[in-house]
Amino acid sequence: MRFGRTPEQHAFSEALDDLLGAAEVPAAARAWATGDHSAGLKLWQRLAELGVTGLLVPEEHGGVGATPVDLTVAFERLGYHGTPGPWIESVAVAPGLLARTPDSDILQRVASGEAIISVASAARALDADISEQTYAVSDRVGLDTPPPSGSGGSTSDAPQRAGVETNTVPSATLHHAVLGVERKSVDPTRRLFDITAGEEISTVDAQPALEVGTLACSAQLLGAGLRLLDDTVAYVKQRTQFGRPIGEFQAVKHLLADVRVALDFAAPLVHNAAVEIDAEAPTAARAVSAAKVAAGDAAYLASRTALQVHGAIGYTREFDLSLWILKVRALVGAWGTPAEHRARILESLVESR
Amino acid sequence: MSTLEFTEAEEAFRLEAREWLAANNPGRLPSMDTAEGAAAHREWERTLASGRWSVVTWPEIYGGRDAALTDWVVFEEEYYLAGAPTRISQNGISLLAPIIFGHGTEAQKERYLRDMTDGTLVWAQAWSEPEAGSDLASLRATATRDAGGWRLNGQKTWSSRAPFADRGFGLFRSDPEAERHRGLTYFLFPLDADGVTVRPIDQLDGTPGFAEIFFDDVFVADEDVLGGVGDGWKVAMSTAGNERGLSLRSPGRFCAAADRLLDLWKIDPQPHLRDQVVDAWIGAEAYRLYTWGTVTHVESGGSVGAEGSINKLWWSDLDLALHETALSLLGADAELSGPWVDDYLFSLSGPIYAGTNQIQRNIVAERVLGLPRGGR
Repeated sequence: MRFGRTPEQHAFSEALDDLLGAAEVPAAARAWATGDHSAGLKLWQRLAELGVTGLLVPEEHGGVGATPVDLTVAFERLGYHGTPGPWIESVAVAPGLLARTPDSDILQRVASGEAIISVASAARALDADISEQTYAVSDRVGLDTPPPSGSGGSTSDAPQRAGVETNTVPSATLHHAVLGVERKSVDPTRRLFDITAGEEISTVDAQPALEVGTLACSAQLLGAGLRLLDDTVAYVKQRTQFGRPIGEFQAVKHLLADVRVALDFAAPLVHNAAVEIDAEAPTAARAVSAAKVAAGDAAYLASRTALQVHGAIGYTREFDLSLWILKVRALVGAWGTPAEHRARILESLVESR
Repeated sequence: MSTLEFTEAEEAFRLEAREWLAANNPGRLPSMDTAEGAAAHREWERTLASGRWSVVTWPEIYGGRDAALTDWVVFEEEYYLAGAPTRISQNGISLLAPIIFGHGTEAQKERYLRDMTDGTLVWAQAWSEPEAGSDLASLRATATRDAGGWRLNGQKTWSSRAPFADRGFGLFRSDPEAERHRGLTYFLFPLDADGVTVRPIDQLDGTPGFAEIFFDDVFVADEDVLGGVGDGWKVAMSTAGNERGLSLRSPGRFCAAADRLLDLWKIDPQPHLRDQVVDAWIGAEAYRLYTWGTVTHVESGGSVGAEGSINKLWWSDLDLALHETALSLLGADAELSGPWVDDYLFSLSGPIYAGTNQIQRNIVAERVLGLPRGGR
């Protein structure tokens, strides 16, 4: 029995840290939020050279042909460093979504980093303005696009939004999307665009690709949570009140210990979901939902704790911590809400007992 | 259950365990903290040992199978899946035996190991004292030199299994001049020795799961000192690591409980409890996978240190939340005696024993996160 990362995966993770740690990612993310993409796109190219953009593109199409576990290694680091851009859409979803469609040619250039793809989730597409092509997936028999859920809460028990469709819809249609207005996200680095379905490309089984997107989102959340914890641990060692570092106070210690516990137990769920997708296990969708719920909960706990322990400085845009606090809030609800994923888990469990 | 890859030998081992348990498992026995239940649980230990299932990872010469850690977790998964009885020998097998293997003399191994695998010798732990709980190093019970051995005096309390056990293990202050952690020695002693008084204490569930032990000039021979004189703290801390970590709470236990919770949900699905039911399953699944990660780490030469505290925080909180959810599902019937109430009452002790969860959080913060030690 073996459950964990290989030495090569650890090395890949370190290589990403080396690159991103020296790349002034927060500055690139802040520029990205204002519509200045130059630094972020440069970063995209450098990560492409490391193979990140081609991870799931088959080798014969110029990609790396890597496993979903390799993908989670990369997305955990992208999340850790707060890297802006439609990484989930372009790197995790597009290869599976476009593989057997007339548009599959573009994957070669996705792998090389020349082309960036966006895919709509919940009727909106991330960074569609800088993407060469944006896709919309719609249910064959149902609505052309899922209803926008930006205005109200999205606590519906019916898990039908992109990313959490149940297995009752084996085929969907793939469209080129027509861009609408830009919408402001709680995370200013996430530039969202309303879309409507345009030209139909083909019929696809979109579900596996959307599962991989949810997996990547889970890994990104985990990475963001780890960063929030690391930065907060560093802060409480140097911030002094009442004549001593606040990290000496038990109230602070216990909050941070709880974050460590939550992240440490979310990580194996993310890893397992990747393993199950790779093995095409019948329980893979359930494993993905468990990963998303646990990684979202852990990252959200990390963000709340980081904010509370930093105090007022954490409540500013100026301080870089805000980049991760706001990203976590956005990602918790993206690629299926926690309520939708819990509903899907329960449905699967009840069926199998 | 999932796609974890097991070797053919591991799968064969799982099947053998499953079949043996199917043929031999007596199911739920009367509480092991009653005279009748203790006898039934000893009998079960004898049966387990006869099939060589009581200590699978131990060397064959002591009744084990020389099995790898993976096999132990596999066995535990099957054990809890089968709903087999709680283990009355757990104190001995999980807490004391690792120390005898690590620090004991050959004579101690011969004298004690085999007898704890088949229920012949049931051990009680004797750590806490009335004034030494979380602050264990402040303990006051003494050991003074006497011809050929030591005289123990003082009082221990919350000693699990003591009312129906044969022997105990614990720390005593052998050097009154030395400070706190120094000057402690680890002793093994019979609970029926002259000068030992065991006063059972009813736990929250109404059974005497622990006891006070009074020591009045109790003689213990040198051969029952475990590890070096004065080395007791170091020796005992390797037990504490085991108690918090892998060896005491196998994932099979929580996965089986989560499955029973789902069965309860199916009988009466109450939408407002959906998230708690799902989270109990996610928590058990996370614990199972985390454990396999730990097994992989240990089998490739790694060790478990302060991470044991992370583990303990997770399973103890999970166990309590899972059982609280079950009681919520049971509605008004939740107050009626039965397995769910029994298991719920037991889960209440999780955040307290083996070092309270507040102490565990201090350990995680200081030794895993590297925060400064300081005022409590």
